[in-house]
Amino acid sequence: MTAGVTVSRQIGTNADRVGLGAMLVAAACLVALGAKWVSGPASSVVLLVLALVLIGVLVLALRGGPEARRLLAPYGLLKPGMLWLALFFLAPVWSLLRISLSTKPSRFSVDYNFTWAFENYSNAFKDFGTQFQHAFVYAAIATVLTVLIGYPLAYVIAFRGGKYKNILLGMVVIPFFTSYLIRTIAWSTILADRGFVVRTFDAVGVVRVLEWLQIMDNGKLLNTPAAVIGGLTYNFLPFMLLPIYVSLEKIDTNLVNAAGDLYSSATRAFRKVVLPLSIPGVFAGTLLTFIPAAGDFVNAQFLGNPNTTMIGNSIQDQFLKQNNYPVASAMSAVLMFSIASLVLLYTKIFGTEDLA
Amino acid sequence: MGELVNPKNVIELDHISKTYGDFVAVHDANFSIATGEFFAMLGPSGCGKTTTLKMIAGFEQPTTGRVMLDGVDVSSVPPYKRNVNTVFQQYALFPHMTVFDNVAFGPRSKKIDEKKIKTSVMEMLEIVRLSEFAARKPTQLSGGQQQRVALARALVNYPSALLLDEPLAALDLKLREAMQIELKRIQREVRISFIFVTHDQGEALTMSDRIAVMSQGHVEQIGTPEEIYRTPSSLFVAGFIGSANLLPGTVESHDGDDVVVALQVGATVRAGAKGTAFAIGDKVSVMLRPERIKPAAAVEVQGRGIEGLLTDLVFQGATARLIVRLDDGTEMTCLADSSATMPQIAPGKRITMTWDSDCGFVLAGWPDRAGATSTDFDHIESTL
Repeated sequence: MTAGVTVSRQIGTNADRVGLGAMLVAAACLVALGAKWVSGPASSVVLLVLALVLIGVLVLALRGGPEARRLLAPYGLLKPGMLWLALFFLAPVWSLLRISLSTKPSRFSVDYNFTWAFENYSNAFKDFGTQFQHAFVYAAIATVLTVLIGYPLAYVIAFRGGKYKNILLGMVVIPFFTSYLIRTIAWSTILADRGFVVRTFDAVGVVRVLEWLQIMDNGKLLNTPAAVIGGLTYNFLPFMLLPIYVSLEKIDTNLVNAAGDLYSSATRAFRKVVLPLSIPGVFAGTLLTFIPAAGDFVNAQFLGNPNTTMIGNSIQDQFLKQNNYPVASAMSAVLMFSIASLVLLYTKIFGTEDLA
Repeated sequence: MGELVNPKNVIELDHISKTYGDFVAVHDANFSIATGEFFAMLGPSGCGKTTTLKMIAGFEQPTTGRVMLDGVDVSSVPPYKRNVNTVFQQYALFPHMTVFDNVAFGPRSKKIDEKKIKTSVMEMLEIVRLSEFAARKPTQLSGGQQQRVALARALVNYPSALLLDEPLAALDLKLREAMQIELKRIQREVRISFIFVTHDQGEALTMSDRIAVMSQGHVEQIGTPEEIYRTPSSLFVAGFIGSANLLPGTVESHDGDDVVVALQVGATVRAGAKGTAFAIGDKVSVMLRPERIKPAAAVEVQGRGIEGLLTDLVFQGATARLIVRLDDGTEMTCLADSSATMPQIAPGKRITMTWDSDCGFVLAGWPDRAGATSTDFDHIESTL
């Protein structure tokens, strides 16, 4: 082996480490800037370091030869995403956690000082336990409902849609081209006390039954828990339907024929072949539905009443109306961690090889 | 029509037809398949062979006619209640189940005792030589192994008949040849009727006891591979099975069972007719198989056989393929023993082709194109 090859090898291995190092340093710089670890003249220094690191890697890539470029490439490709996350995820999370442990010097102050104030967390639980409960219960019920509505719909579109497949999918998706807010407010019109739904229920005479089922309250449909759950179900249906549709679409119809050929009735073929093969879609759908639904505040605000507020509403209220950033941050952190642990638990129990 | 029922026949197709709107997929198929028989349905794509198979399996219902299975009319019985199993073209193995669970799927549907299932599944995996792969998922197997899982999954149910839809189409050439022998071995071992659909005439000739040649929804001929090869019933069959030289002519006279034909290329030849009565003056074709034609240098045998220009000589290993252009432009091929190729026979030279008098076979009608047919797929597709 010649000396030249050895040297180029060394440059190669170093390029590998330099790439990783440069990425981490750049990410750290962005977190420092975003989370305000540095301020004033110091932040100019950090910016300068960031620029130098990025330019340095670029120069190394251009001058280092093919081997160095090959080793630098993965870090180069990772960098946009990683730096984006550093600035817009890591830095805010850091700020959030820091504020959640701060106190306001006075009740009317908008400022806060970092004091390791863990009581913010106990206060969040104590004062907003019901809202947390609402959030998780409503989101869970809505998720179950989206599965119950979305699965059969996806099944029909995937297996019976034929040439109308795309039109049917379009009919599911097109309403969502309208703003989320507008659609939710439209629901408040639909469910209104003199709206046609309530009048129809009245005319048919099922109001009593629905009241007994706790779907209607005092002859009203709007501003009930059922309306909030209904709104969530409606708004998140596509997030459930589309992943299920994709997983059903992938199933070779010959598998169903094979099950039939092997003496399975249609029901058994569904249970043993179609359902297990579509579980990854259901799994992805539940995550895409439950996570945003648990943090939602729009549905509870427009379709609910003061007794149906979800944690999202409380957080919004604390942040924007009470200006109580520390408590709002603590609530956000709790919401974030409880969703994360629920999802982890769910993944452990129902997780498939394809996901998680 | 109880008189049709024959205990030796597993499957009887009683004049079945299938139409989709105006399109006739299968027209009046009427044949039966005996117990333990290896039966092939052969034809180019779109000839109705797969539709026929689907009607036997129960995935399609015949428009008219009846499907009899073990002497019972099953025309309107759904697939899962018919005692036949299918090996699908792409195998259709359940990807989320292990090889064992795939094979056990049928017995479990029948709610057989789990202990018995285990023995019979392992026994069947033994037959297809996959015992050590029982715990694998189908995606971890090669194409040939997946094929054998599909076979085991169907055979473990001991069906009255096994239906195979282009079972070897997804395999490469070497593996396909190995699987042909393997399929035959498995079939002998389990003694179940195999009915398989293929567009590959070589496959059909190698494996089958009997072949049904289909074209455009019609069953053209049913017979043993040898019968079909030697005495095809139509120009289509002659061209589709193996390669053939089809020379148009008119019947001149009769000579016992044989017919004397005046060929358009100028010669008058004698050829067998296998009992078909041809009238003098009928338009007929004489079929000559390439391997039965003997090439010789033109000078040696002047006045006998057909003379032409050798345009190409393709060495193929054991044999050499000779392409000969006759004076009227007709192209013929003949296969010669490559070791016996003589120096006088070289491209650019005129040669004479002769054959024994029992080699020619007379068929009704004239071909679209005189001379050599090819089994080349594009050609067959384009002539249909």
